[in-house]
Amino acid sequence: MKSSNLKSKLARHRSKSLHTLLLCVAVFALLGAGDPATRFNEIGHQMMCICGCNQILLECNHVGCPASDGMRNELMASVERGDSDSLVEQGFVQKYGPTVLAAPTNKGFDRAAYVIPFAALFFGFTLIVLVIRAWKNRPAPAIADGLRPVRGAELEQFRDQARKETDL
Amino acid sequence: MAEIGSFALLLALALSAYSFLAGIVALIYQNHAPAQLAGAAAGRTAALDQGSLISMLRQGSERIGETARRAGIATFAAVLLASIVLVICAFRDDFSIAYILHHSNRDLPGPYKFAVLWSGQEGSLLFWSLLLAAYGFVLRLRYKTDARLFAYASVVLSGVQIFFLLLLNFAAHPFAIVEGTIPADGNGLNPLLQYPEMVIHPPMLYLGYVGFTVPFAFALGALIMKYPGEKWIHITRRWTMVTWAFLTCGVFLGAHWAYSVLGWGGYWGWDPVENASLMPWLTGTAFLHSVMMQEKRGMLKMWNMWLVFATFWLAILGTFLTRSGIISSVHAFAQSSIGDWFAWFLCITLIVFVFFFFKNKSHLRSEHKLESLISRESSFLFNNLLFVLLCFTVLWGTWFPKISELVQGNKVTVGAPFYNRVAIPVALLLLILTAVGPLLAWRKTSLESLKRNFMWPTIGAIAVAIFLMITPQSWGSVFGLKPWQDISYFYSLMAIALCVLVTLTVASEFYRGGRVISKHTGQGMFASMVQLTHRNTRRYGGYIVHFGVVVVIIGFAGAAFNLDKEQEMGYGDKMTIGPYTLICRSYTDDDAPNYASEWAVLDVYKGGKQIDTMTPVRRFYKASRQTSTMPDIRSTLNEDLYLVFEGLNQDNGHPILKAHLNALVMWIWMGVWIMLIGTVLALIPNAPAPVRVPAPARLEPAHAAPVVTGD
Repeated sequence: MKSSNLKSKLARHRSKSLHTLLLCVAVFALLGAGDPATRFNEIGHQMMCICGCNQILLECNHVGCPASDGMRNELMASVERGDSDSLVEQGFVQKYGPTVLAAPTNKGFDRAAYVIPFAALFFGFTLIVLVIRAWKNRPAPAIADGLRPVRGAELEQFRDQARKETDL
Repeated sequence: MAEIGSFALLLALALSAYSFLAGIVALIYQNHAPAQLAGAAAGRTAALDQGSLISMLRQGSERIGETARRAGIATFAAVLLASIVLVICAFRDDFSIAYILHHSNRDLPGPYKFAVLWSGQEGSLLFWSLLLAAYGFVLRLRYKTDARLFAYASVVLSGVQIFFLLLLNFAAHPFAIVEGTIPADGNGLNPLLQYPEMVIHPPMLYLGYVGFTVPFAFALGALIMKYPGEKWIHITRRWTMVTWAFLTCGVFLGAHWAYSVLGWGGYWGWDPVENASLMPWLTGTAFLHSVMMQEKRGMLKMWNMWLVFATFWLAILGTFLTRSGIISSVHAFAQSSIGDWFAWFLCITLIVFVFFFFKNKSHLRSEHKLESLISRESSFLFNNLLFVLLCFTVLWGTWFPKISELVQGNKVTVGAPFYNRVAIPVALLLLILTAVGPLLAWRKTSLESLKRNFMWPTIGAIAVAIFLMITPQSWGSVFGLKPWQDISYFYSLMAIALCVLVTLTVASEFYRGGRVISKHTGQGMFASMVQLTHRNTRRYGGYIVHFGVVVVIIGFAGAAFNLDKEQEMGYGDKMTIGPYTLICRSYTDDDAPNYASEWAVLDVYKGGKQIDTMTPVRRFYKASRQTSTMPDIRSTLNEDLYLVFEGLNQDNGHPILKAHLNALVMWIWMGVWIMLIGTVLALIPNAPAPVRVPAPARLEPAHAAPVVTGD
């Protein structure tokens, strides 16, 4: 009886913790997300001006630029309408082509742009660990007859002595 | 004049071709001929003394080698003459030369007429050739350091020089004559290039790009001749450091130019041309670290060979990207057929290097033996991985639009958001290694000592991070940082905390070393630290470079807090951005021989007090009929107030101004100075360790031991 009470108490406690955690995540995720000015700024920095200046949409600084003013107005209208980020981006891609996005998307072949560098990091890291292990496990070079290899505490003693004498 | 220039270029080509061929002949004779010819001579002329024949042949090959060396030196004189002729033509407004017509005009100020030399395709190739010849000149004068190695390096340099002179003579001739009527005035220099820094930025950048040919020449020479020992790596390292310093200077001068001229408020746009300068810098930096493994432990010989080659190759690849038009860039040179020449040159150098690498790679074998994962050696391996990975990321991002076009039929843009997502995490990992690396000993570091050395810096870094999070935002841009609000804030906080960690580890290294000297000599701490640095300039110069990098990264971290605002400003209109209030006092225009300008006068207030008056300008260059902005920047340690005159409202004539508040930008330029000071220090020879002569009485042998430094 006592044990089943304890179990239900623990379960309630676990579910309460889970709810609190979810609430925290949701609060953090939604912080600032509803503010149209913030969204305009964020999305505008994910897009390029298409006039050929190769600048981020909100950083294009030509007065009389044939493209950026119109694009900014469209973006502002979409944000004020409450369109989601992906909907806004889709609309721009349909109108101006995929080069309007300042970075590759997370879909299809574009995903390779992000995957390859991290895959290379993982591969390189693994390779180095393997190389270090291989070099570490190599046998020590042969020593002339009559000489005894220095190991363990004696080696540490010599090492300490060398450091004291040479290390600055 | 054009004839003199053309003749000088042809002469330079002939001389470098001679230097290359005669150099090869001399080296072949020195290596193989004596033995073979001695055998033949023994059969044919029994009367002739074999020894004297070999000696005659050797002397003959040495003389040929000497003529090759002198031809290399003379190449410099010929290319210098061609360059001087081009500059004189610019100053004389000789518009019969097409290059001068397209890149200069009568009213162009003197310093920019000088800069015409590197402002266009043909001139910049001539300048590249001049710098290569100048490096070759220095190398050939210093040949006595190691005559044979330098002879090999001289041949490789001549090979590269031939390529550039072929380009200049047959594909991009700087002295081409205008056909038909010669215009009265030139088209003028690109307005964006009419800025004082453009007189020094390209030379610095080119000194960096071209300079990497020298380490490559030594590396390839050492590979071909199977150079015994590691002396070549000592020679190469010094050249690499000098070149690296030039490239660092060039890259950051470029960033400063972009910041001061382009008027978009930033200093780095991840444009392919910018990326082209960053890639060899990254591999060059990796080499400067891994070369220590070869010097100290005889390890990574093959890897270093590849790193030197990759650095040279990436410098040429960058030039190929800039000039071929294969990848679109805002500041690429005009498209031309020389891209094919570069593509062939890249292929040939790759084939030559790969051939000799596989032919002689047995010579590069070394016995790798590591005692522990926690050692300086391992940290260098990971350091190299991260540098090469960053370089790969930049290369990947630069080429991805082209790859995407090939694979899925449409181009994509790879801009700052991509690099922020991919490169920043890797750069932060590199920063961690910068902090940990110096604390690791060669061969093995005990966890105890790592804990002892690492504990206080880590506590310091965490304390600073917490302090930045809990302080009020009103204190300044980086205070009141809430990393959960935005990923850029998280990265900034991480970067600043890691910068503190690196600074504290560097400081602790100076402190510990200084304390040892202070104990031995009885000097004060500061004097001991100066002496410490002087005794091992390379190590402590390197730490100062690390500190410079930290300062630069703090500057980069400030980008997360940038603000901007655009507004039309009539008389007396107000604009508020951050803690500043701007009031438009006036706007007007002006006329100069080279350009007409429009500008605004704005009073700047902070905390209700006027602190400055700023005048952003927009210029219209008459010859080229192009406009350019000259932002006015008010720099402080905390932030830059950056004002751009964007133009006039056509309806009411009011100026439209854009104000940027860029946090911590000044730290970037300060950090670069520190990096350069550190590099110069690292190049200064070590002061000799004091030699103590044991006194006959009193002094015990243990006390007589000198203090020896180690890397």
